[in-house]
Amino acid sequence: MNQLLKPACLALGLIALAAFPFVAAQVDASFYVTVVARILIFAIAATALNLVFGYGGLVSLGHALFLGLGAYSVAIPGVFGISNGFAHLGICIAVCALAGAITGAISLRTTGIGFIMITLAFAQMGYFAFMSLKQFGGDDGTPISAGSSFGALDLGNSTHLYLTSLVVLVAATWLMSIVRVSQFGMALRGASQNARRASAMGFNVKRLQWQAYVLSAVLCGIAGMLLANLSAFASPSTMSWFISGELIVMVVLGGVGTVLGPIVGTLAFIGVEEAMKAVTVHWAAYFGVAIILVAVTGKKGIIGSFSLSMAKLQRAAT
Amino acid sequence: MLTSTLLAQLLNGLQYGMLLFLLAAGLTLILGIMSYVNLAHGSLYMVGAYGAAAAYGATNSFIAAIAAAIVGAAAVGFAIERLVASTLYRRDHVDHVLASFGLVLLLNELARTIWGPQPLFLTVPDALSGTVDVLGFQYSAYRFAIVGLGIAVVLGAHYLIHGTRIGMLVRAGSTHAQMVSALGVNIKVLNAALFTFGAALAGLAGGIAAPIVSVQMGMGENILILTLVVIVVGGIGSIQGSFYSALIIGCIDTMGRSFIPLGLREAMSRELANAAGPAIASMLVYVVMAVILSIKPQGLFPIKVKT
Repeated sequence: MNQLLKPACLALGLIALAAFPFVAAQVDASFYVTVVARILIFAIAATALNLVFGYGGLVSLGHALFLGLGAYSVAIPGVFGISNGFAHLGICIAVCALAGAITGAISLRTTGIGFIMITLAFAQMGYFAFMSLKQFGGDDGTPISAGSSFGALDLGNSTHLYLTSLVVLVAATWLMSIVRVSQFGMALRGASQNARRASAMGFNVKRLQWQAYVLSAVLCGIAGMLLANLSAFASPSTMSWFISGELIVMVVLGGVGTVLGPIVGTLAFIGVEEAMKAVTVHWAAYFGVAIILVAVTGKKGIIGSFSLSMAKLQRAAT
Repeated sequence: MLTSTLLAQLLNGLQYGMLLFLLAAGLTLILGIMSYVNLAHGSLYMVGAYGAAAAYGATNSFIAAIAAAIVGAAAVGFAIERLVASTLYRRDHVDHVLASFGLVLLLNELARTIWGPQPLFLTVPDALSGTVDVLGFQYSAYRFAIVGLGIAVVLGAHYLIHGTRIGMLVRAGSTHAQMVSALGVNIKVLNAALFTFGAALAGLAGGIAAPIVSVQMGMGENILILTLVVIVVGGIGSIQGSFYSALIIGCIDTMGRSFIPLGLREAMSRELANAAGPAIASMLVYVVMAVILSIKPQGLFPIKVKT
C-alpha cells in the first residue's frame, strides 16, 4: 500500500505544481505564481544546504554567500549587456565552485562552533565586498533589465522561470536521493555520526566533506541565479547572515538529512510567513515565537514527525 | 598631521574594541561554559540601547539611562535563559541557531512595535560632552570615558574570575562542567547567573553606545557578527583572549577603514582605489579571522584543558 501511495502522491503533487502557473493565469492570481516560484527556488537552496548540513552534519551559516554569488553572476554580466543564460550559468558554476573550494578547504579545518563561525565570516566578507562595489549599486543592489536567456527559454518570462525552477528542483531532489544512498553519501553520513570510525574504515573524511561542500555551493549558486531572475534584482542583502539562518530553519523545519525535508520545510516556512504577513503587520514576532517553539520542542522536522506517526499507524493496524 | 590622525584612529579603535569586549566577555563565557551559541546576544545589546534611550527620555539622567540599560538587558537575558536557552544546553548547536533566529525576529519586532521604526538619538551627558587634550590634540571625552570604563570592567572581571569563589567555579565549569556538578555545585543556578551577567554586560555596552550610534532595530546584528569574530579569534571561553582580540579587531577594523583607502590611493589610480578601498577595509577583519582560524583553529589564546 505504502509502496504505491508515495509515488502516486509525488506524481500528483508534481502535476499540480506544473499546471499551477497556467491555472493561476486563468483565474488572475499571478501573484501566487511568484510566491510558489520563490518557494521552489529556496527549496533548491535548502536542498543544497541539506547536503552539507543534513548528510555531512556540518552546520554552515554561510550558504547565503553562494546564493548571492549566483544572483550577481546574472546581474554583473547584465550591467555589461550580456544576457546569454549559458554565460550566466557558466560564470555562476565557475565562481561558486571556486569560492566553495577555497572557503570549504579553510572552513573544514575547524569543527563545531568554529565551523559555524568561519562560514558566517566568509558570507560576511562577500556581503561587505558587494556592499562597497559602488559601480554595481553598492548596498542598493543592481537591477536586472533582461533575464538569462537560453535561446527559446527566457528566464525573464515568469512562466519559463517557474517551470525551470521546478525542473531544477526535481532534478536536484532526484540527484540527492541517489547521492544519499551512494557510497559517497553513505560515507559522508557515517562520518557525520562518527568521523573517527569513518576514517578508520579508510575514507578520507575531510575530502568527502569538501566535495559535498563544493557541490552544495554550486547548487546553491544556481538557486541564486534563478532568484535573481525572479526578483529582477541582485542585492548584497541576499548574502546577509539572516538568509543563511532562514535556510537552516527551512532544512530543520522539514527534517534534517531527509530527501524531501528541504522542500517541505521551505513550503512550511514561506507559506506560514506569507500567511502571517497577510494577517498582521507584527508577523515577525509571532513567526519568531513559532521558530523558538520548534527549537525548544525539538521535533525531528515535519518529515520526521510524519514518518513517526505513519509507523505508529502501521503498528496499530497490524 | 599623520601622527595625530594615527593617534585618533588608535583611540577610536581602542574605544570600539572596549565595546566589543563588553559584548564578547558575556558571549564567550556562554559559549565556552554552556556551549550555547547565543546569536541573540546582539539583541540584548539592542535592548540595552533602547532601555537607555527610554530611561533618558523619561528622567533626563544619564546614570538612570545606564542603569536601565543594564537592568533591562539582564531581565531579558534571564528570561531567555530560563525559558529558552536552559532547555537547549544539551542539544545540538543547530537548535541554538534556530532559537536565536526566532529570538532575534521576536525582539526586533517588539522593539519596532514599542519604539517605532525611526531611530532614537541620545545626547552625550554634559559632564562628558567636552574634549580631552591627548598629547596635544583634542579627543572626545565621552569616547575616552568608554575606554576607561572598558578597562575598569576588564579589571573587575579579572578579579571576579581569578579572585572569588564564583570565579573559581566558572573557571572549573568551563573545562570540567560535569566534575563541578558532581562536587555538589548547583550548575543550573551558576549557568543562569552567568547568562544574566553576560546579558547585563551586553546591556551596558548598548547603553554606553547609545549616544554615539543611532538606536534602531537590527542594530545588534552587525556588532554581533563582529563580536563572534572577536571570540573565535580570541579562543572560545577565554575572557583574557577575548579582551586582547577585541582590542586587536577593534583597532584593525577602525584603522583599516581610515588608512587602507588612503594607502591604495598612493598605489593605484584614484578611481580604482575609491572602489577597492572600502571593500578591502570592511572585509579586513574577516580575512584576519579566516587566516587565524586556518592557522590556529582554536583561536589565538585558547583555554588550556588539562587532561
